[in-house]
Amino acid sequence: MTVDVTEAITRAHHEEWARVVAALTRRFGDLDVAEDAAAEAFATAVERWPRDGVPVNPGGWLTTTANRRAIDRLRRESKRGEKQRAAVMWHDDDPAPPLGAVEDERLRLIFTCCHPALAPETRVALTLRMVGGLTVPEIARAFLVQEPTMGQRITRAKAKIKAARIPYRVPSAQDLPARVSGVLAVLFLVFNEGYLATGPGTDPVRADLTAEAIRLTRLVRAQLPDDGEVAGLLALMLLTEARRLARVSPDGELIPLDRQDRTAWDSSLVAEGHALVRERLASGEAPGRYQVLAAINAVHTSAREARDTDWSQIVALYDQLVRLDPSPVVALNRAVAVAELDGPEVALATVDQLGGALAGYHAFHATRAELLRRLGRADGARAAYDDAIGLAGNTAETAYLTRRRDELGSVTPGRPPSS
Amino acid sequence: MQYLVSVIHDGSSTGTAEEMAAIDVFNDKLRAGGHWVFAGGLAAPSSATTVDSRADGPPAVTDGPFVETKEHVAGLWVWEAEDLDEALALAVEGSKACHRKLEVRPFL
Repeated sequence: MTVDVTEAITRAHHEEWARVVAALTRRFGDLDVAEDAAAEAFATAVERWPRDGVPVNPGGWLTTTANRRAIDRLRRESKRGEKQRAAVMWHDDDPAPPLGAVEDERLRLIFTCCHPALAPETRVALTLRMVGGLTVPEIARAFLVQEPTMGQRITRAKAKIKAARIPYRVPSAQDLPARVSGVLAVLFLVFNEGYLATGPGTDPVRADLTAEAIRLTRLVRAQLPDDGEVAGLLALMLLTEARRLARVSPDGELIPLDRQDRTAWDSSLVAEGHALVRERLASGEAPGRYQVLAAINAVHTSAREARDTDWSQIVALYDQLVRLDPSPVVALNRAVAVAELDGPEVALATVDQLGGALAGYHAFHATRAELLRRLGRADGARAAYDDAIGLAGNTAETAYLTRRRDELGSVTPGRPPSS
Repeated sequence: MQYLVSVIHDGSSTGTAEEMAAIDVFNDKLRAGGHWVFAGGLAAPSSATTVDSRADGPPAVTDGPFVETKEHVAGLWVWEAEDLDEALALAVEGSKACHRKLEVRPFL
């Protein structure tokens, strides 16, 4: 297969998968039929496009092909004497939604995949499969579970959606706020999986996932322009995405924030993120978790050089975040900021207290390693790097940690914190 | 679409007068909204008898419920609802009215 055709198929998969699944779900009222038919359509593309050429309108071609596949399957099943699977399993029973028509079918799809009657881990898996187009093995790898387990989880979810008639629609105005927070949690996980992709042989950053998460968050924001957390999450994603290209070196190694070439940041994304953060500050409402995280990122991206970073403001924002989310991961991130303000020794004392809760978390060991290194404790740092490398799933992070560990021989005891 | 709504209880007490009154109000609402199909309270699980005549020979008749659990079904509703969202919204009200946990399960 030529590179061009492979690229066209990959691009079509990123751009069209969710649209095809959404269109078929709407038409046939069955996620399972939609997913299978979409997968078959892409398999047909892999077979035909190299021979027949890439169609002028790949999305149209894929939708048409998937439609035919779905009809074939439904015919076969009805011939086998199964109950006619008329497209009545899900009605489109909100003829005139009070919020105005939802243009994007993908938004319905995501609200269905993130329904509160599904377990949280199931919502993420289903969203990645149906909306993000990841394969079951990819999702299994992302969440460190066995493939058959993940396959079962998704199959069961589809069966429940159908049997219990979880509706395929954007919730009514009164249910929307509660439902949106569930959707945001899923979108944030999708974004993070894109930003810190896991698995050997996986690109360190999966721009398709980060882009998909941003696109879907924009869709939700278009529906809920006054929701502070939607704006906050979008700002957080934009300010993170802005640094994407500066974050991995040409040879695939992670570049930490303080060493990034800040001129390589995407200034339009930074500007958009800052505008959202300002909008939320101007609202005067108490911020939620995503808004505080966005504000922290706004402070980082406001500094022209790493040494200009306003660490006291960052620590103050982390204090605010700890009140909203007193989790050990937040405490760890706060300690990283404290190290810049009060020195590595103070930070290490805090970090060491988190060992019980975070022993299996690579960032805990990586943070300890960096702090020990700054304190000139090379042996401790080396052991901590080893632990971090063993647990890190992201190739760029592993490369970075490995180099940092191997450099330890040359570390000067008592060296001041790097800027 | 019909849903079986089981009332889950972890004690032997029956509903209080206050709960019964709240359930009456809720049932009226179910009827008015076209959701009411059936409702009934159940006697204690200890009053149950389990019958198994799948095998040849005399049927096995056992005193007690088919499975002993800390929690049990104390009553049930059958509701007609458009979809799970509608059923769950009713269940939120119903759980408050009868002051018990509810399980919502679709009929095939």
